[in-house]
Amino acid sequence: MIEPGFQTDAPTIERPRMDADIVCVGFGPATAGFLTTLSKQLTNADGTPVVESAVMPGLPPQVLCYERADDIGFGVSGVVTKARALRESFPELDKADIPMAAPVSVEKVLYLLDPIGASRRSTLLKLADEMIQAFKWALPVEDHALKLPWTPDFLHKHGGMVLSMGQFMQWVGAQVQSTGTVQIWPGTPVKEALLENCVTSASNSVAADVSPLYLNSGKPEPTHVGCYKPRVVGVRLLDQGVTKSGAPADGFSPGMDIHAALTVVGDGPVGPVGQQLDELFGLPPDHHTRDWAVGMKFVVDLPADTPLKPGTVLHTFGYPEPEIFGFLYVHPDRVASLGIFVPSWFDSPVRTTYRYLQHWMLHPYLWRYLKGGKLRSWGAKTLGESGRRGEPHLVGDGYARIGEGSGSTNVLTGSGVDEAWATGAQLAEAVLELLKARKPFTKENLEATYVQRRRASWVESEARVAEQSRDGFQRGVVTGMVGMALAGLSGGRLAIPGKPLRPWERIPSLEDYFRGRIPPDEVRAIRDDCYARGVSAHAALMERAGWPTIPYDGQLLVSHQDALLLGGKVQAPPGYADHVVFLYPELCQKCGTKLCVEVCSGQAITPGENGVPNFDREKCVHCGACLWNCASASPENPERMAVAFRAGTGGLHSAEN
Amino acid sequence: MSTAYQIVVCAGIVPDPLQTLEPVASPTGPALKNEMMLPAVLDPWASHALYEAANLAKNAPGSKVWLVSLGPKAKLQQVMMTVAQRVPFELVALDGPASGFTEAAEVAAALAEVIQTIPGLDRSRLLVFGGWESASRGAGATMQMVGERLGIVDQFQGVDELKVNPDGSLDILERIEGGKHQVSKCVGPPALLGWATGNLPEPKNNPQVGMTNMRAVMPALQKAKAVKLAGEGLTFASVTLPKQMRETKVVKDKLPDEIAAEIVEWIKK
Repeated sequence: MIEPGFQTDAPTIERPRMDADIVCVGFGPATAGFLTTLSKQLTNADGTPVVESAVMPGLPPQVLCYERADDIGFGVSGVVTKARALRESFPELDKADIPMAAPVSVEKVLYLLDPIGASRRSTLLKLADEMIQAFKWALPVEDHALKLPWTPDFLHKHGGMVLSMGQFMQWVGAQVQSTGTVQIWPGTPVKEALLENCVTSASNSVAADVSPLYLNSGKPEPTHVGCYKPRVVGVRLLDQGVTKSGAPADGFSPGMDIHAALTVVGDGPVGPVGQQLDELFGLPPDHHTRDWAVGMKFVVDLPADTPLKPGTVLHTFGYPEPEIFGFLYVHPDRVASLGIFVPSWFDSPVRTTYRYLQHWMLHPYLWRYLKGGKLRSWGAKTLGESGRRGEPHLVGDGYARIGEGSGSTNVLTGSGVDEAWATGAQLAEAVLELLKARKPFTKENLEATYVQRRRASWVESEARVAEQSRDGFQRGVVTGMVGMALAGLSGGRLAIPGKPLRPWERIPSLEDYFRGRIPPDEVRAIRDDCYARGVSAHAALMERAGWPTIPYDGQLLVSHQDALLLGGKVQAPPGYADHVVFLYPELCQKCGTKLCVEVCSGQAITPGENGVPNFDREKCVHCGACLWNCASASPENPERMAVAFRAGTGGLHSAEN
Repeated sequence: MSTAYQIVVCAGIVPDPLQTLEPVASPTGPALKNEMMLPAVLDPWASHALYEAANLAKNAPGSKVWLVSLGPKAKLQQVMMTVAQRVPFELVALDGPASGFTEAAEVAAALAEVIQTIPGLDRSRLLVFGGWESASRGAGATMQMVGERLGIVDQFQGVDELKVNPDGSLDILERIEGGKHQVSKCVGPPALLGWATGNLPEPKNNPQVGMTNMRAVMPALQKAKAVKLAGEGLTFASVTLPKQMRETKVVKDKLPDEIAAEIVEWIKK
């Protein structure tokens, strides 16, 4: 069946067309690496093209990049990185050129004890906590936090940098654009890849309407009805001037078709083109994208007397829930990026990142640094955490995939930007090789150049070490930590096994989750009351379970909506369709958890009438958490859930994240 | 309509209105905290002028639009990534400060000087557009001084509508007190119009327009002349942001009367 709500094009719509040589989807670190490497080598010193454009003879290849966010650098995250690949691209890199960049100076890993008693800790962890408390006179314990006396080298970022990815991406964007050889267009989402050799319901020629491709979604072989050896021939941009459901309205402007010999897909773990290609071609055997995390962060002006030095890197685990990891990175001028990751193996049906982030900030070890601070910026994103095991088919006829959506993130070292950048740079070198040899961008040629480079690089060798490192988390946090240590110290030869479940398979009911803490009848009553008022239930349930209320101060501890407005400056332009769609309303009606509502990073998804959630496009930060956080399996594809996350506009308007 | 106009749009850049601004004292005078880190946009007032210029040019075959902008080159480049997709124009860039703490007369002098260097400019076809106000300063004086320096005596400020008559004359609606418009008839170019909001919606992104524009934008930025504004005779007694108190509450499907009553109660508190 065609997806409910899927808008097929009326055959009468005439779409404008433009031709380029290379079109890129998404301007993240991977595409930045690609464009940085490529743009430096497209012209000779005298300004003549190294190779000529196929669509504009006499000129260098025409390279376009379309980015969903309203400006480059909106909506990406602060990081600490070894910056190996970045330095290869910028050997003379001067940190002073990049706002908010600082060399790593101090690294600490902290195990946070629970000072409140509301955290859900296993018996083993409780025992460990009691031991730590009993021997705290002999241990490096301070303000309910144990500083690990030793951490394995693979977790360190010696010689690396603390970066604001927003500022870094703006800086890179300026460098790339100033070469004059590539164009980056923010505020222009790509709807989908254009496919050749696919037949649509409306046409029997070249097809861009992908609806038939979903007919057999979930089948392992790329034998989708309507396609024979599909080839990517470019991208279609998002329609403008449409209703919430995508129907043409006032000022309708059909999305342009951009035809190109090569489509570079760098749209991240929830990008529409990556999703489309995964549906079309499937994943390699035994690969999946079941592991993810929702990351949320604040950028904070630290108090004037902060003792934290620029380049300080703190990583935490153990609190507010054992499964939740935290980070605090200090930039120059008393600014810090801090936040938490809520991973897929935290099996809570009310896993709200925002509320947990506030409890994390209020932990005594961190609050002593943050008290008196002020929110500057806020943001959220989901991270694909399947690593190499989530790697899709990296290339095909007419396309190549780079960055996080291509499975480049190293889940052992917690590093993604450097790896993403490296894959982009590798593809650029491959593209230049093919352009100079006048070879087409076929699957075989891209395999022999890009994939071969990637397989021979440190990205691949380190990803293989990391491949099974987190499987132990399927059995618990302590087992997971031991598994990571084993894999890291043994070079990937040892690991604690564990099979990642599909996201929908691991969501307990609210009643089960709170069993022993809140009577089931009361859980249902709280949930029903909250949903009747159109609000999520996590705050009421967590407070009933022992979590204290948040003492708002209007500076750093602010409401979720204030974080959106003051920190994220979230907005969306009018005239676009809803990009979050509840595909099977009947499943939503039966759903007792409404995890999509609870987890939504922007409170854009709220309880709706008849059990089907509402979506408010103007509040969406495009984190994509809803794509993974759904308790109902898609009837079409057991690896997917009942929520679609499509191409859309707007989101964060802060470049400091 | 037979005149092919030469429309020069003066447009500055300002921090994205969604950002939180904080004035700070710098060695060279008042400044905005972290201004170079804040995302920038084309001044919203001038944006209306640009859209009106593009619309006029579209309806008057043979017309051409120049966008003259004074700002830090890196920020101009960033802003062009968005603006250049909207309407066709040729950029004339000046590399200099755009903080809102500059002297309007100096800015006007720099703009007028560079406008006079545009090759092939014909005063009999020249229309100079700009924002009546600015989102960064609101002095409302720059465009008037640009016109004076260019010797354009037909000036209109707070313009909401421009209509070209069959005889080539221009009907112009200017905002005046009391929420009314004054209708003026101008015999034709040269004229200067400081636009208020106009009547046109923001144009949709058009990749073809962007690709064409950008071929000229990058060379224009590369040869942008550096402008130093001395700020002589300019002092700031004090710089403050309006005091504000905010309380966020998101409600939907509530009657306007109920919302108004709630706001009144909040103000009373």
